[in-house]
Amino acid sequence: MILYLLKRLGVFVASTAVAGVLVFAFMAVLPGDPAEVALGVNATPEAVAALRAEFGTDRPAVTQFADWFGGLVTGDFGTSYVTSAPIGPQIAERLNVTVALVLGGMVIALLIAVPAGTFAAVHHRNPVGAAISAASQVGIAVPAFLAGILLVFVFAVKAQALPSGGYVPIADDPAEWLRSLLLPWLSLGLVQGAVLTRYVRSAVLDVMRDDYLRTARAKGRGRMGALWRHGLRNASVPVVTVLGLQLATLLIGAVVVERVFVIPGLGDLLLNGVAGRDLLLVQGVVMVLVAAVLLINFLVDVAYAALDPRLRGAR
Amino acid sequence: MRRIGTWIAVGGLLLSVTACGGGSGGTGGTGGTGGQAKEESLAVGFVAEPANLDFTSTEGAAIPQALLVNVYEGLVKLDQAGQIQPLLAEKWDVSDDRKTYTFTLREGVTFTNGAPFTADDVVFSLDRVKADWKLKIKSQLDMVEDVEKKDDSTAVVTLSRPSNGFLYTMATRLGAMFSRTGVADLANKPVGTGPYQLGAWRRGDSIRLDANAKYWGTKPKISTVTLKYFKDATAMNNALLTGGIDVVSSVQAPESLQQFADTSRFQTIEGTTNGEVVLSMNNGRPPFDDKKVRQAVRHAIDHRALLDTAWAGRGQLIGSMVPPTDPWYEDRTGDYPYDVAKAKQLLGGKTYDVKMRIPNLPYAVASAQVVKSQLAQVGINAEIEPLEFPARWLDVVFTKADYDLSIINHVEPRDMGIFAGKDYYFRYDNPEYGKLLASADAGTEQEQTDDLKAAAALLSQDAAADWLFLFPNLIVAKKGVTGLPENAISESFDFTGLAKQ
Repeated sequence: MILYLLKRLGVFVASTAVAGVLVFAFMAVLPGDPAEVALGVNATPEAVAALRAEFGTDRPAVTQFADWFGGLVTGDFGTSYVTSAPIGPQIAERLNVTVALVLGGMVIALLIAVPAGTFAAVHHRNPVGAAISAASQVGIAVPAFLAGILLVFVFAVKAQALPSGGYVPIADDPAEWLRSLLLPWLSLGLVQGAVLTRYVRSAVLDVMRDDYLRTARAKGRGRMGALWRHGLRNASVPVVTVLGLQLATLLIGAVVVERVFVIPGLGDLLLNGVAGRDLLLVQGVVMVLVAAVLLINFLVDVAYAALDPRLRGAR
Repeated sequence: MRRIGTWIAVGGLLLSVTACGGGSGGTGGTGGTGGQAKEESLAVGFVAEPANLDFTSTEGAAIPQALLVNVYEGLVKLDQAGQIQPLLAEKWDVSDDRKTYTFTLREGVTFTNGAPFTADDVVFSLDRVKADWKLKIKSQLDMVEDVEKKDDSTAVVTLSRPSNGFLYTMATRLGAMFSRTGVADLANKPVGTGPYQLGAWRRGDSIRLDANAKYWGTKPKISTVTLKYFKDATAMNNALLTGGIDVVSSVQAPESLQQFADTSRFQTIEGTTNGEVVLSMNNGRPPFDDKKVRQAVRHAIDHRALLDTAWAGRGQLIGSMVPPTDPWYEDRTGDYPYDVAKAKQLLGGKTYDVKMRIPNLPYAVASAQVVKSQLAQVGINAEIEPLEFPARWLDVVFTKADYDLSIINHVEPRDMGIFAGKDYYFRYDNPEYGKLLASADAGTEQEQTDDLKAAAALLSQDAAADWLFLFPNLIVAKKGVTGLPENAISESFDFTGLAKQ
């Protein structure tokens, strides 16, 4: 078990390092010069050169990489070109918002998917189950940002019930915080819920066909009882895999949803950084996102081991 | 096929939901407006959020838009008619040789850090422009030779040559007065003498300005102004529709104005800006190094039709690099009337393939389509290539001048000077033009006006570029909001006159 976890941890650390190299390389070939962007249409060549020297972007790429990656290892993300403020705290502040957005979206997705998927599986032969399946198809076809635009139109512009955008920190006003996140959560959660519903349904269907469940029913348990006692834990293994993948998708989907709802999260920071060619900031944000996705995968691996004892010895 | 069917089903469902919501929407909105009128706060939506709050080292309109006049004050300011008015200086005397300006400063003015404002701060601020500012525009104050304190409330500025531009420049960000003890962290903590001070800045979301309780002048009626930033025009419009903000400071797409047609709830204000939407032609390489080809382009474009199609008819036709709020404005749209036959004649039957590299901005994309089709009629085939703005456009077009045609809104006030630098991306080179500008700055006011009129005429006749239209200042606000600046003629969005009825 411990060996398994150590191996997984090693994979996590190695992938993060490789990601660092890739992120840096991609940013290096991105056209556009941070100094030119900062100075705009009034720039002189001398001023641009001076600013390049100040940013350190005139140094060889290898030196820049060593500087940046060395800083990352010690937890220093560097200083933003544009805001001249340290990048780490900016990312931390935005990460809070994005995590709240993604986790809330996930909770809504699960609240929809687990009951709906299970119900659809148990009743897969009758019209209600089929209807749930069909509805989830529709949900999969709708991208989160479109769901967001439609939700704003219906609940904010027409009904005037919820704000059309903006974000209120939970420390300022918890009730407003909830109101400001409700529509973004729904637009992420409805779409993800639809995707997950299908996985839950097929996982539960698989389990229902397994021998041990038939045995349990033969021993006198009801259909739901047997499923509850013996089925759900087995069904959750494939669902957790998908959940991990979907969490990563949600994180990326949040980038777009943040723009629709004017939420100052990581995605907003990332897009601003790209537009202003704030390279260190973009690298920092992308690294955090990559690390988050890798961390989720690591946690999924750990969750497997917890859910399925057979996996612990196997690897 | 099945997917399309699903879409139609979703659409129908949503439409029916919307129809139900519509009725209650109207009443909810009106109630909200009535309730907020008692509070002395106002939220204004903007497009570009400042990257930091230091306009001495960072370009762009976003910082002075928020802070100039509101937080930072200069010795003088521009009024809505473009005239210079006293601000921190009660009055000023100009010597007979027009090289010495003696400013009498207002007394009892303090900075928000508690320090009193004196002539020492004038000396400090103007010296700082030379020593510490990082922007190219600081050269606009190069004629300042010396700044001296005569006594606490008198400052004397000596110029190396008479300059009409000096006082005007003092009304821009370059004339902002800084406290000697308040410049440690300009990027985050602005310290000024203005009616507002920075309340809070939620990066990526909003800046809150609170009234400065110790302000020397008339205290603003609105005690809290929140500047909310939207990258997305639709999100900003929705915020006004739902009561999230009270004012849309600049409408990004004129066709969206119809949402605010209900005059019982909204008002639309249209004025002028300093933004000339320029169809730049690369004077430095074929085919536009040939004046005849450039003239042909100017004749080939039907500017009225272009404005109607690309920008819903909002804006004004100008014909040269001068906005109507400048004293030397003349309507130059008659220089090159729309005349396809004339354009063809100038081209002498030749056809050209050119690259139109434009920024990916709404007005540029919309205008480019019209320009392309109109140029095609005279045999110029323009291939449109949108570039990401600002990074890619600055790199390819502005810095490397690797383009034939481009379209960009030159928003800086009194920016005729950009045509005088032959290295500027227009690559326009006519020494006569530079001479006119220099003599305008040194001459009397009348000479200045005459010279600049001549300069604008020269630019137009040389067809150094084509001026598609003057960008409109379009503001939408809730009914009852008053004191909004109709014309955007200074760098600042002046909140000091705002009120709610």
